[in-house]
Amino acid sequence: MRTRLHRRVLLNLLGLGVFAFSVFPVYWMVLTAFKPTKDIQAETPSFLPVHVTFSHFSTAVHADGFWLFWRNSAFVAVTGVLLALVVACLAAFAVARMKWKGRQAFILMVFVAQMTPWEALLIPMYVIARDTDMLDKLPTLTLIYFMMTLPFTIVTLRGFLNAIPAELEEAGQVDGCNQFQAFRRIVFPLLAPGLLSTSLFGFITAWNEFAFANLLIIKEQDQRTLPVWLSSFSNTFGTDWGATMAAATLFMLPVLLIFLVLQGRVTTGVAAGAVKG
Amino acid sequence: MAVVQAERTTADAPTAPTKPVGDRRGRPLWVRLLPYLLVAPTLLGTAYLLVYPMVRNLLISFQKFGIGQLIRGGAEFVGIDNYREIFTDDKFWSVVGRTFVFTAINVGLIMVLSTLVALLINALDRWMRLTVMGGLVLAWAIPVLAATTVFQWLFQSQLGVVNWALVQLGFEQFDGHAWFADGRSTFAIIVVLIVWQSVPFAALTLYAAMTTVPRELYESAQIDGAGPVKIFRLITFPILRPMFGLILCLEVIWVFKSFVQIWVISQGGPGDATLTLPVYAYQIAQSLNRYDLGAAISVVTVVLLTLVLLAYFRQMFKEEGEL
Repeated sequence: MRTRLHRRVLLNLLGLGVFAFSVFPVYWMVLTAFKPTKDIQAETPSFLPVHVTFSHFSTAVHADGFWLFWRNSAFVAVTGVLLALVVACLAAFAVARMKWKGRQAFILMVFVAQMTPWEALLIPMYVIARDTDMLDKLPTLTLIYFMMTLPFTIVTLRGFLNAIPAELEEAGQVDGCNQFQAFRRIVFPLLAPGLLSTSLFGFITAWNEFAFANLLIIKEQDQRTLPVWLSSFSNTFGTDWGATMAAATLFMLPVLLIFLVLQGRVTTGVAAGAVKG
Repeated sequence: MAVVQAERTTADAPTAPTKPVGDRRGRPLWVRLLPYLLVAPTLLGTAYLLVYPMVRNLLISFQKFGIGQLIRGGAEFVGIDNYREIFTDDKFWSVVGRTFVFTAINVGLIMVLSTLVALLINALDRWMRLTVMGGLVLAWAIPVLAATTVFQWLFQSQLGVVNWALVQLGFEQFDGHAWFADGRSTFAIIVVLIVWQSVPFAALTLYAAMTTVPRELYESAQIDGAGPVKIFRLITFPILRPMFGLILCLEVIWVFKSFVQIWVISQGGPGDATLTLPVYAYQIAQSLNRYDLGAAISVVTVVLLTLVLLAYFRQMFKEEGEL
């Protein structure tokens, strides 16, 4: 009896340790962002939000070009993901619902494309962008983020489509729809949650991307994206760690919100209900 | 709403055998061409944005390609000169060695820690389990760049909380210790950062796999008097072996090509202490304008990664049975 109690206590302590270790850096970031500079520079740091200030956020938001870079980031991420979504929908439909020669090879290609080591393509991309006069332009990043998220989007959408039985569409066709009407009226509503979660994951990928944004946008400082701006925080804020942490927090916020939205969404809402009936 | 409607339709549907819609003989040409039209945009995108850069990379690696060729064009082929140059360079081999060490340390830590964390989650009560998983998801969700920035702050020499904590614990020598000035400690910080960011995915995936192991197996093993280590060795690990294999391959690939953390924190320095292959390729191309050498190094990186990737795909297809 006592050893079991000991075991429970020990396990819970370990659990708390893991929790603290995973959360602490994020907590410290947000805490620093809210601390007055005086507290940040204190000899003994405080681990609780005793004094709260928004001045660092104000510094970060009013820093040169913050909103511009924010808009740039949002633009490339949204356009890249939307493009990937449209293209992937078509491909996923062909793969999941049609029989054709080369289907297996196509799926294999998508799997391989998903594992592309993008870090190894930096140099040729730079050369190609330079040759085609695409340097310093946001649409270049849109195209790259489109390609980065496309394979994953196809694989996931195919998974979602496979989970929706083809009988549903056939039934629709019996009721007088053609294949595309059946898809739009029956499959699409079932697919919507899948589309949402897939595109949100794609958005996170694009929002976080640093290497290409850093390499391909050089001269036009106005075309930079948030990660690149954040990486050069010491140019912007010097040693103002409060403002730097506030900027990092603002950068993380959309991603965190998306993760909260996705909690549960990924598993629910798929065709589970329809298949059970 | 939609689900309810769909459900009713299924109930009314005739019990037709499952087969892809449109699988009929003598279909008109456009119907037969339709799937190819649907995948055409994907193929075009892949061809131009993925295959072409790969091929171009390969070409550049066989050319003399410096700043002049970048501006004026007209790069000439020089055979395997670039490869000869990097293969005879001691620095290249030390970078390759460092990349392997870097990958081994990171992946080893990630695998061990995530297995332990997954086992821990599995053993916890509901509330504690959800708490730990929530913390892991948070660490997983934070963007690489935000995490990198925070770690720079945590390890700051003057106001960094890590130095403060170490001094409190009695390690006086860490008072004002400049972590990023020393090669080894910069390397260590990057390892901690990457492990911290990678463990959540691996642990949560392994935990999800562990929940699929039938409870009865554990119970009967316990009745037979097996301890936790034995249970892991004889039951959990053998059953989850394919999953371990997949995660191992993924982590090797991800760690091997990690670029952002290293570039933002140290750009490969101080000295060459954190210079790994992807960073080296980028550095040599950007700062020395030797795009040819950079491309050759990238090709070597891709070849090395492909070997791991082949192992990954073998594992995956064994798992899934078919595409």
